[in-house]
Amino acid sequence: MISDNNSAQPQSRSRSGAEKSLDQGFIWLTRILGIGVGVILLVIALTVGYRALPAIQQYGLGFLFGSSWNPVKEEYGALPMIYGTIVSSAIALLIAVPLGVGTAIFLSEDFLPLPVRTALVFLVELLAAIPSVVYGLWGIAVLIPIISTIGKFLNGNFGWLPIFSTPPVGPGMLPAGVILGIMTLPIITAISRDSLVSLPPELRQASLGLGATRWTTIFRVLVPAAFSGIVGGIMLGLGRAMGETMAATLLIGNSNQLSLSVLAPANTIASLMANQFAEASGLQVAALMYTGLILFILTLIVNILAEWIVSQVRAKYN
Amino acid sequence: MSNISSDDRNPYASNPGSLKKVKGSPQSLFNIAMTVLAGACLAISLLPLFAVLSYVTVQGFNRLNLDLFTKLPPPPGLSGGGIANAIVGTLMTVGIASLIAVPFGVLAAVYLSEFSKGQIARWVRFATNVLSGVPSIIAGVFAYGLFVVNMGGFSAIAGGAALAVLMLPTIVRTTDEALQIVPQDIRWASVGVGASNYQTVLQVVLPAAIPAILTGVTLAIARAAGETAPLIFTALNSPFWPAGFDKPTPSLSVLVYNFATVPFKAQKELAWAASLILVLMVLLTSILSRWATHKKVY
Repeated sequence: MISDNNSAQPQSRSRSGAEKSLDQGFIWLTRILGIGVGVILLVIALTVGYRALPAIQQYGLGFLFGSSWNPVKEEYGALPMIYGTIVSSAIALLIAVPLGVGTAIFLSEDFLPLPVRTALVFLVELLAAIPSVVYGLWGIAVLIPIISTIGKFLNGNFGWLPIFSTPPVGPGMLPAGVILGIMTLPIITAISRDSLVSLPPELRQASLGLGATRWTTIFRVLVPAAFSGIVGGIMLGLGRAMGETMAATLLIGNSNQLSLSVLAPANTIASLMANQFAEASGLQVAALMYTGLILFILTLIVNILAEWIVSQVRAKYN
Repeated sequence: MSNISSDDRNPYASNPGSLKKVKGSPQSLFNIAMTVLAGACLAISLLPLFAVLSYVTVQGFNRLNLDLFTKLPPPPGLSGGGIANAIVGTLMTVGIASLIAVPFGVLAAVYLSEFSKGQIARWVRFATNVLSGVPSIIAGVFAYGLFVVNMGGFSAIAGGAALAVLMLPTIVRTTDEALQIVPQDIRWASVGVGASNYQTVLQVVLPAAIPAILTGVTLAIARAAGETAPLIFTALNSPFWPAGFDKPTPSLSVLVYNFATVPFKAQKELAWAASLILVLMVLLTSILSRWATHKKVY
């Protein structure tokens, strides 16, 4: 650190006052901006909370359990959206976790030559870079027809199960969940792979030296050692899935009715906001801000837990 | 692995001295099966990437002409037209976002890697990571509550502020990492010849880290240009040329969102063309940044 060096150094040439204050000013500027990053988080919470205040006063915590969303009667309840957010994220994780962890294992061990692996890691990263609205547009054109076909089969043969009880109408919980799965996959892969790669090579060598096969090493030594990192990656993926807006809005059908069937249209908090905000006024804006506050708190909890878990792994092996 | 020797079906058991792989043994078959399974995970993961890229290219390619970059979108029902206003609008909002986020982020990272120590730096890094997990729509709501409500309307400035919040963590993180890679010796050398802190940072350390910082910044810009959710609340949209930084402003991503669900053929085509432009931009910056990170100053 430069500041340490400076203070320890004998001052052979004393600086002018202006020079000194310029230097101190620069350090203070960076300090303020550095702490400013944390302050922004706080300001976001305060702004959203302040704008949500009228709705919080009007509906209280009952807002979380009300299931009617009717701007005309000024009745607002967020239960269908909270349910939709949780279920669509769960579907996303169901798809992304096995695929992501499998891909991470395949790309962290030496199954493939290094240049090929580097290229594939890059391609997985690219998956995260495609704008979500493009995923949404693609989902409408390609994914919904495919999933409708599968949905018809599921409804025809397993219609007695509540989750397949309605015939597919096109957009719905399942296509939204699938697209969220595709979008969370790269982050789960990247973080799981990071935690596998950062394990000390001695672990691997010791296990192989004892005569364990490659996959025994992976299952009994590497995955348990990197487990908390992988869990952290999954939580970050969950945070991403809950907050993802555009793809979900375009594919979920935006129905504020609570339905158990994954083939029926539903809604998430984020897609509700994207849909109604532009036309909302008065108490509806406050109600939307209230849902935004709920989403912010949910993702904040998930993200903070994830960050903490991931940092624990780094601390363990550094 | 104690179970290896205790397993009766294990071929090693008959010849404990041999470390050779036995073809057809349960372990070998299990290994092959697992390798195939993991490889299949990778293949399935990459399937959507190729599906999206090829589909967007096929759908968007035939609308990729000069009109696209020079004309306004046609009124509903008419054909032709372009997305020029949205391109200009995207440049405006992303430009404002970069003007805010790049100096802010780079200087915050300078603090983290050069001047901070201990707890505060840990907390700031933690806050940066948490901020990168904040949903983009919340950034939009924040900018709405802070700018749109107080400044009397939707504007490119509010949109830029929302995008800046989303760019900030990426820039802080990449710059922080880039600065930490710069060898300590050159700081000592700089301070040793009598340079002050800001001279050392601005003239020696930052220039050494510039390729990596630029990589982070371009990636952040590419991501911001593809963001839609925060712009719906802040810059809104407009079918006309942008009228000023304090007026509703169109953007490529919001145009894709709005035209994705309309029943008109011309609008649908424009949505695909705009998607293709967004995807090409992300692809190009990703590849360029890959190439740029290989260059090192020290």
